[in-house]
Amino acid sequence: MEMPKPDPQILARKARIVARLRDALPGGVIDAEEEVRAYECDALTAYKCPPLAVVLPSTTEEVAAALKVCHAEGVPVVPRGAGTSLAGGALPTADCVILGVARMAEVLETNYPDRYVHVQTGRTNLSVTGAVEADGFFYAPDPSSQLACAIAGNIAMNSGGAHCLKYGVTTNNLLGVTMVLANGTITKVGGPWMDANGLDLLGLICGSEGQLGVVTEAWLRILPKPEGARPVLIGFDSSEVAGQCVTNIIKAGVLPVAIEFMDRPCIRATEAFAGAGYPDCEALLIVEVEGSEAEIDHQLGLICGIAEELNPVEVRQSGSADESARIWLGRKSAFGAMGQINDYMCLDGTIPVSELPRVLRRIGEMSEEFGLEVANVFHAGDGNMHPLILFNANEEGQLELCERFGAEILKLCVEVGGCLTGEHGVGIEKRDLMEVQYRPDDLAAQMDVKDVFDAGWILNPAKVFPLTVSAGRRRAPDQAA
Amino acid sequence: MNGLSMMEPQSEAELSEALAGAEGPVSVRGGGTRGVVADGVALRFGGAGISLYEPGALTLVAQAGTPVAEIEAALAAEGQRLAFEVPDMRGLLGTEGESTIGGVVASNASGPRRVSVGAARDFCLGVRFVDGAGRVVQNGGRVMKNVTGYDLVKLMAGSHGTLGVLTEVSLKVLPKPEVAGVLSIDGLSVSEAVAAMSAALGTPWEVTAACHTDLAANDRPSTQLRIEGMAGSVDYRLGRLKEALGNYGEVETVVSENHDWPWFRDVARFEGGAEDVWRLHCRPSDAPGLVARLPEGGKVMLDWGGALVWAAVPAGTDLRAALGAFDGHATRVRGQGGGIARFHPERPELAALTAGLRAKFDPRGILNRGLMA
Repeated sequence: MEMPKPDPQILARKARIVARLRDALPGGVIDAEEEVRAYECDALTAYKCPPLAVVLPSTTEEVAAALKVCHAEGVPVVPRGAGTSLAGGALPTADCVILGVARMAEVLETNYPDRYVHVQTGRTNLSVTGAVEADGFFYAPDPSSQLACAIAGNIAMNSGGAHCLKYGVTTNNLLGVTMVLANGTITKVGGPWMDANGLDLLGLICGSEGQLGVVTEAWLRILPKPEGARPVLIGFDSSEVAGQCVTNIIKAGVLPVAIEFMDRPCIRATEAFAGAGYPDCEALLIVEVEGSEAEIDHQLGLICGIAEELNPVEVRQSGSADESARIWLGRKSAFGAMGQINDYMCLDGTIPVSELPRVLRRIGEMSEEFGLEVANVFHAGDGNMHPLILFNANEEGQLELCERFGAEILKLCVEVGGCLTGEHGVGIEKRDLMEVQYRPDDLAAQMDVKDVFDAGWILNPAKVFPLTVSAGRRRAPDQAA
Repeated sequence: MNGLSMMEPQSEAELSEALAGAEGPVSVRGGGTRGVVADGVALRFGGAGISLYEPGALTLVAQAGTPVAEIEAALAAEGQRLAFEVPDMRGLLGTEGESTIGGVVASNASGPRRVSVGAARDFCLGVRFVDGAGRVVQNGGRVMKNVTGYDLVKLMAGSHGTLGVLTEVSLKVLPKPEVAGVLSIDGLSVSEAVAAMSAALGTPWEVTAACHTDLAANDRPSTQLRIEGMAGSVDYRLGRLKEALGNYGEVETVVSENHDWPWFRDVARFEGGAEDVWRLHCRPSDAPGLVARLPEGGKVMLDWGGALVWAAVPAGTDLRAALGAFDGHATRVRGQGGGIARFHPERPELAALTAGLRAKFDPRGILNRGLMA
């Protein structure tokens, strides 16, 4: 994985750049070597590089001031939420300024009659729900990292979660943003109402990986909490049959809030780690539905009926909050459990649900070819897979082997009609695979958008697009200055 | 069509060639049901047909010229539907023709269920289009979760043919629930209606639509809420909702297999009139204040729990001037307007971005010239 060489002229001007930033944001600039190291990577820890400096603004105006300095100096800016990206979205270069929004975490307004909350984007995902749940509301997108991840990063990556089969992902729950453009201009896109006036720039900004602007405030749609929710756990002795079960449930007109899938390696690892009492079988589904007690019973009854026709190893319907927690325990500790066994790389491709059996079979074959174990745990209802490839980071060449295997799996996802990333984003991790999914004109159209918002390509420039593909544009003179 | 012949390329390649070779402005249209006509030669993409439909994956892919009716029929056969509830504007606008799926996506046209499940753009998973220079672009795909690169799907949805001509769209579809229950309250004022709708939408009973009209068939204002689902569940939730709204007046409920609300969805209240018709997007709690500022004789219908106000006002009214600044925007849907812009003016810095995007995707400025400006 290659990153652009740092610009020696920027490195040479470090003192001046830092001084200008300090003038703009007194108390918000970090440049000591031992302190900037805390920002050298995000959750994709295989890659690290300390930045030139870090700025931590407390207001939108300070974000604008910092961007004006960087824009004038031609310094790359890497926006950062909470640094939980699994795709390297917040990975610095040595000549960049990290612009973190973590100090901006206030709730600015809660409005229940109009069902939205207005927050600063440094706020964590879970604490958005925390601000409204006592009044019976919640914020729907729920990425696994929701305890730590920031709304800023959720918007940048258009994050999903386990419950998006019913509630959609970030872009479906975002009403408006306050954003600072690359040249320091503060603007608002959308607001506490539905649908855009003019072109849907909000839809374009969400998921643009910090390349179009720095989002400092957001109006988020909140929903009334359902009366209750309960899962059923269904075990099968074949992954194909489990995949069939998912299709049959959806075809029957039942729309669960979540359908999670785990395969045998994952079940065994989580059992050893968390002891959730899962059956030892080939594939396991956790299907959760919402509503009143009677509605839940009715829907779970339908789902169990569908499962029983497919000869399951076990069907365990939750009848209480305690039983629900036990069913979810293993799934929620899956990533931790895999981490206990070995180092792992977590992939994020999406496939059409109908291709599930074929893709799982092929991943199994490839696992033997590469000699690396894979455990599968994913959101089956929407086809968003998370194969975890196990490897030993201390063994020479294993990381590279693992990355090659991962790339093959993602290519397979595209080949069967899916995509490289369902919710983690491209970042640097999938950057060099973009040409597998998109033709040159498709990528050119996307980079045209970047040119319009950030003509000098100072915002997160080394991400999303293969470096060879973006090279000409990244060197373009800054017409926006 | 102003006596000019209409271009109707049948394939993406033909469309690409036609646009690359176009010597003047092009008026892009779908089925022509919105009555949108821009300068230049009329063009519609002739490619039609459903190319993929996987009920078990809740996805459908169709060429942009496919009639919406054909898609809805295919979905109905599998007990599914386009959840965002495609409006039929022909009555309101006095137009003919047949809605195409490309036109629906290009205008981000959504009906009453938008308040609960989202807009057309939220159900659009992927697009193929040809831009103003003839460049063929694909974005998104046919899977529900996809964050690979920028989301040009959203950009194209609602761009009214000003950035490119859609050739194919992939859609997320949803199961059609067994029954629909409707709860109605007569005689509420606009502010009472908004309060009742907000209260209902803030309950866990999953209200899928909330509308209000200042004049229903019985000559009284009517506020209506819809709940959908399995029969027993709808009965239960209607009952709970009835309890919750009892203090707003006498509540009536009906349960049937009919989910359609053509009267609200198609804004039938204003069919046949000579007034200009506008749509205002706002905070529901701001709707009563906006309605109060309408010019004398203004009539209203509220959708999306009050977040969408349909207003009929005397022809030529500058409604934006009458309302003053508010959080949201106003678009004229019917009427010539006498020089008053159809779309709400953008903030200058966003207008600059829009102009920049147009310059990239339509460098010669030939596509639906002036339409959204």
